[in-house]
Amino acid sequence: METEIRLRVDGQAYEVTVDTRTTVLDALRERLGITSPKKGCDHGQCGSCTVLLDGRRATTCLALAVSYDGAEITTAEGLGEGEELHPVQQAFVDHDALQCGYCTPGQVCSAVGVLREAAQGWPSAVTEVGAEGGISPEALDHDEIAERMSGNLCRCGAYVNIVPAVAAAAEATAEGAGR
Amino acid sequence: MTTRTSESRTPEPAARPRAVGADRERADARDKVLGRAPYAFEHPMERPCYAHAVLSSVPRGRITAVDTEAARQEEGVITVLTYENAERLASTDDAELAILQGPEVAFRGQIVGAVIAETPEAAREAASLVRFTYAEEPHASELKPGESELYRPETANGGAGTDSELGDLDAAMEAARADPGAVALDETYRTAMTHCNPMEPHATIAVWQGDELTLYDSSQSVHGHRDTLAEVFGLDRARVHMICPYVGGGFGSKGEPHAHSVLAALAAREVSGRPVKLALTRQQMFTLVGYRTPTYQRVRLAAGADGRLTGIGMDAVEQTSRIKEFAEQSANPTRTMYAAPHRKTTHRLAALDVPVPSWMRAPGECPGMFGPEVAMDELAERLGLDPVEVRVRNDAPTDPETGKPFSSRNLVACLREGARRFGWQDRDPRPAVRREGRWLIGTGVASSAYPVNRQPGSVAAVQYRDDGRYRVGIGAADLGTGAWTVLAQIAADALDVPLDQVDLRIGDTALPKATVAGGSSGTAMWGSAIVAAARKFRERHGHDPSPGDHAQAETPANPHAERFAMHAFGAQFVEVRVDADTGEVRVPRLLGVFAAGRIINPRTARSQLIGGMTMGLSMALHEETVTDPRYGLLVNHDLANYHITANADVHSIEAHSIDEDDPYVNPLGAKGIGEIGITGTAAAVVNAVRHATGVRVREVPVTLDKVLEGLRNGPPSRQ
Repeated sequence: METEIRLRVDGQAYEVTVDTRTTVLDALRERLGITSPKKGCDHGQCGSCTVLLDGRRATTCLALAVSYDGAEITTAEGLGEGEELHPVQQAFVDHDALQCGYCTPGQVCSAVGVLREAAQGWPSAVTEVGAEGGISPEALDHDEIAERMSGNLCRCGAYVNIVPAVAAAAEATAEGAGR
Repeated sequence: MTTRTSESRTPEPAARPRAVGADRERADARDKVLGRAPYAFEHPMERPCYAHAVLSSVPRGRITAVDTEAARQEEGVITVLTYENAERLASTDDAELAILQGPEVAFRGQIVGAVIAETPEAAREAASLVRFTYAEEPHASELKPGESELYRPETANGGAGTDSELGDLDAAMEAARADPGAVALDETYRTAMTHCNPMEPHATIAVWQGDELTLYDSSQSVHGHRDTLAEVFGLDRARVHMICPYVGGGFGSKGEPHAHSVLAALAAREVSGRPVKLALTRQQMFTLVGYRTPTYQRVRLAAGADGRLTGIGMDAVEQTSRIKEFAEQSANPTRTMYAAPHRKTTHRLAALDVPVPSWMRAPGECPGMFGPEVAMDELAERLGLDPVEVRVRNDAPTDPETGKPFSSRNLVACLREGARRFGWQDRDPRPAVRREGRWLIGTGVASSAYPVNRQPGSVAAVQYRDDGRYRVGIGAADLGTGAWTVLAQIAADALDVPLDQVDLRIGDTALPKATVAGGSSGTAMWGSAIVAAARKFRERHGHDPSPGDHAQAETPANPHAERFAMHAFGAQFVEVRVDADTGEVRVPRLLGVFAAGRIINPRTARSQLIGGMTMGLSMALHEETVTDPRYGLLVNHDLANYHITANADVHSIEAHSIDEDDPYVNPLGAKGIGEIGITGTAAAVVNAVRHATGVRVREVPVTLDKVLEGLRNGPPSRQ
């Protein structure tokens, strides 16, 4: 069974016909030709398909497209302003926080999500219990970043570069925000 | 850092390096953080069809009936392929690739069919509706030393000798047993079955246009892959094209073509002219793209009270599949690591009804550096010697089995430098005496090693273009290793031009032939071809060429190849924390020092080394594919159940390189760094667990149960 849905992806509006079994990931990759989000496991186990879905990081392989009619999606390709890289992306480049690059767009989107979540004070499993007002991006230390980024697997083993990249991006974002 | 080479005479002047050795940003980093680098499944296609593979659900037997009716009724289905209607392949010599040729099933999870449909959803749904009836036959899918029937392979992987023997190891062991001051150690170690699991699942887009086949595939070797497919389909090589500019990780699993590439090409025959896209699911990858065999390693060490080995032995027992042999060369490193007059190594295999094993990062060396490096730790402990010192004392002045000098060997320098950086000198050797709260703390060390492999036959082409740049072409592969970056650096220096005047092209059979990105040999082999082509270009066209001028050259033979033993060495130091109550092992600190010749780009090199160490950590703590021998089923076949290191599993990992000038390995002086990082890591972790807890685990992964069992027997006291 097919149905038509509307998606806004990286600032552009699309109308697309999908099978009711089509995931958001397959709608993007196979129907719209938007291949920045990757398919690594199709089971929500690896994080390669992470995008910002209505502002929050989400694994698109677990989301059925028909449930997201009208959704606003930002992939890694749409994070920056024009051709300029987002601070998270620039930090990944600077820290060589990637090798094969297949998990990278998902890592990058996830890291943007981490910074937003921290800005809203969201605690993680390793945030000290009772920390008043949760946490801020500047307070993200190694353990916080590693914990929050653990939904994104990297088989090349770039974690020890990813964590400092996210920390640098947190700093750059805080500076950019005038904090 | 001082280093030594076996002879001081330099055979030929190396090119004056400028780009080589410089810290350069990864050339494809920008495209990759945006997600713009196209992987196999992402090449834009007009009106593609989708194929979904159907796998066998019995471990051994024959298909007695095929029912494709329900699948064919599914909307959007174009056709269903099984052995009953698939075309006969021109060559079925490689039984792994000879799919859909008959009713026989050789292992559970073998390709027995495919559905071709207009959409991926329809193909997958219909694949679940194809019904096979089987006549099952008795099978054996579990390697059991003492029970499995073993045979002696003709050679081990990579042409390594099956067995080797020098002196009389049995006599050396006997003598050590008789000497109260000496040690005769005879233990068996085990490594688990593991899977490469690159993040990009294996995928192929196949298009037939008449008798021409074009494949967009994820491959470590477009030319090798192309040649094999041409043979399977009985085509002239010139009629098969493979395109693969980016590889989303391979680790060996994309080193040789696997059955899904054949399936995609078979499927595309059914819809001639239309592209067929086929991606394996993560679950299917567990039976179709190779894996590392489990190994049982009997290690024997005979040593005097001074820790010097008089004998060393390694007997490796492994599995292969009944239909195709892969003999992991796990006894290899024992032949080179340490000096001892009496030596013996063997490889024995059990041929089982299991998926076909294949390359996984550092085949042979990775598992083969586990048992012996744990044994060396046990030896040090029994003699009351420092484990670094024991290794230093047994450093081999010449290659122990061949007697050849090493082109360079800096194992001792790595051990010493690592010990200094890690702070090893203050280590209290006593096990199980450090405790912080619930954490028992310990440190361990192991050596790393990897041979310098040579692969003849790479060719590079240089052409001057009218845009004032030099197009450098070679069918190499970048699996995340940095080939896009370092080959351009090598070309820039060889042509004596700035980096931005090099326009590198790789990953396409339209380019000159390249050998596989494997055996840590890519950069050296391809780079040497590029250097040779650049020299030829300058000889022919000088420094003021005209657009269109070109030259090409092959990787030159190494005149020193037979004179020297050539290996990279390293040392890894680990700190572990073990939960005294649960046995959970955490690794806060992992530090490696490597001597691997000249480093072309310290940034991408460091990433390669920490990547290898991270995978080594994963092997140490997490990775094990579990077989249910009743059904021949690989139980934990996805990324939730087959755990690989996640971000929070990793803390501090440092990789350092020591300067090493080796003029003999190749004109670049580079030994290869893709695999050495994973060798020795698991042994260092296990040795540190012993130091932390007093529990000696002789297998990986070191899961809680194995530690806890020992802790229960004698928990160390609180301090």
